[in-house]
Amino acid sequence: MKIVVPVKRVVDYNVKVRVKTDATGVETAGVKMSMNPFDEIAVEEAVRLKERGAAAEVVAVSLGVAACAETIRTALALGADRGILVETQVELQPLAVAKLLRAVVEREQPGLVIMGKQAIDDDMGATGQMLAALLGWPQATFASKLVIEDGGLVVTREVDGGMETLALPMPAVVTADLRLNEPRYASLPNIMRARKKPIATLTPAELGVDPAPGLAVLTVVEPPRRQAGRKVETVAELVAKLRNEAKVI
Amino acid sequence: MAVLVLLDHDGTAIKQPARSAVAAAGRLGEVHALVAGEGVAGAAAAAAKLEGVARVLVADAPALAHLLAEPAAALLVSLAPGYTHLLAAASADGKNIMPRVAALLDVPFIAEVAGIVDAATFVRPIYAGNALATVRSADARCVLTVRAASFDPVPAEGGAAPIEAVAVGELASPGRFVSAQLSESVRPELTAARVVVSGGRGMASAEAFRLLDAVADRLGAAVGASRAAVDAGFVPNDYQVGQTGKIVAPELYIAVGISGAIQHLAGMKDSKVIVAINKDEEAPIFQVADYGLVADLFKALPELAAELERSE
Repeated sequence: MKIVVPVKRVVDYNVKVRVKTDATGVETAGVKMSMNPFDEIAVEEAVRLKERGAAAEVVAVSLGVAACAETIRTALALGADRGILVETQVELQPLAVAKLLRAVVEREQPGLVIMGKQAIDDDMGATGQMLAALLGWPQATFASKLVIEDGGLVVTREVDGGMETLALPMPAVVTADLRLNEPRYASLPNIMRARKKPIATLTPAELGVDPAPGLAVLTVVEPPRRQAGRKVETVAELVAKLRNEAKVI
Repeated sequence: MAVLVLLDHDGTAIKQPARSAVAAAGRLGEVHALVAGEGVAGAAAAAAKLEGVARVLVADAPALAHLLAEPAAALLVSLAPGYTHLLAAASADGKNIMPRVAALLDVPFIAEVAGIVDAATFVRPIYAGNALATVRSADARCVLTVRAASFDPVPAEGGAAPIEAVAVGELASPGRFVSAQLSESVRPELTAARVVVSGGRGMASAEAFRLLDAVADRLGAAVGASRAAVDAGFVPNDYQVGQTGKIVAPELYIAVGISGAIQHLAGMKDSKVIVAINKDEEAPIFQVADYGLVADLFKALPELAAELERSE
């Protein structure tokens, strides 16, 4: 079985993002970019399935500018076998990404797509569900455990108030939550090895998809700042303030 | 045309985030509420009493028993022609189902709406709430989830909407529900609680969360945690408040042993009153706290529980 893992290039998790002064977006020039953390978990899960013999090949796919090839390289260093870059300058939104991924999936015919539950830039959390819908495949979002059993999937999902377990036939789309696994660090030999792994480049036109965004982004601004309050000296003072001043207890 | 809201319910009652979604929907048009599941007559009756709901649609079928995404999305798509907007709270179900609905309708999905400018223009947080984007859809139909913390819930009583059953056609459900492992708790749900008491890495152990429990008991509060505390294994992930966890906006949020990482602030900074208890007076959490107490939490928490009891 083949596993496709879409990976997104985003502003690094540890960067404090700055909104551009012209309110058109956040500053990405000269900012450290990395693989979306949830996608890293998805790559790790796919590689572990391969290591356990449940998958034969792991294909990492990234969509966007040429620099997304670096994100694919990261996935290759973590253990993916080859990469596909769908290159475009267009600002991609989830529906367009899902349509492009559908076209890739139709070419690759994987048994499973594993991807992050959301990207930490646009926080949309939509692409996995949209891809499953377009393919007519079942989905298991927010996965914290994934087992392949008798040719099907048993997935434990993080839901409000706890967890639930679903059984799904394959092919299917699974989106990774935080606790699915703890991704490994790429070793130096594996980083070197990744340089030799192939990355194919495609365009939206070759895939027959119009990647134009459906949502116009009108403005991006900083949220209102919260004012720091004051310090209290004792627990008794705190309780008194909450009771008599803030009146919340 | 009207707007359709998929309501989160437990079979008998409507969950608070869904009441916030109804409030948001009321800004967009006449609100029709959809109660889907199996054996949901009680929830439908509760939905009819919500203020601001004009009509309740009930889809009661075995295929909808656990509201798996595939049959639930198919149901919403079958109802979509009558509506300009389809929305749900950004709950686990809403986040799971609504993007699937959007793709099936070939329209963009708009997640975690925190503000409504007009029928096609919405404000939503991006980058963990470090920026607010205003987006406009060019499509006639919008599919969205609503950030409950941004809209005051409609009252649970006051309405008297008619209830009608919708014809549930053939709903394919390729997936199968196996089991649920819900955290057993007598406490209110995090996203609906009036008071939330959260612990962070500073709690240092799972046992220390019992100190928080004692305070939460006094306040009728929900107990939450930072991602650091979850990652350290002190508490399960459904306790997590933050960008990658739950977004809460209670009347009172008490952050204990939480440094105040951006990702945590994203989940609680809309709380009405924030209290921070931390031994590090330089902790960033103090920059957003209304009341800060620089103290050792292992001393402060028992004191707080005792003081709350004493002054009740």
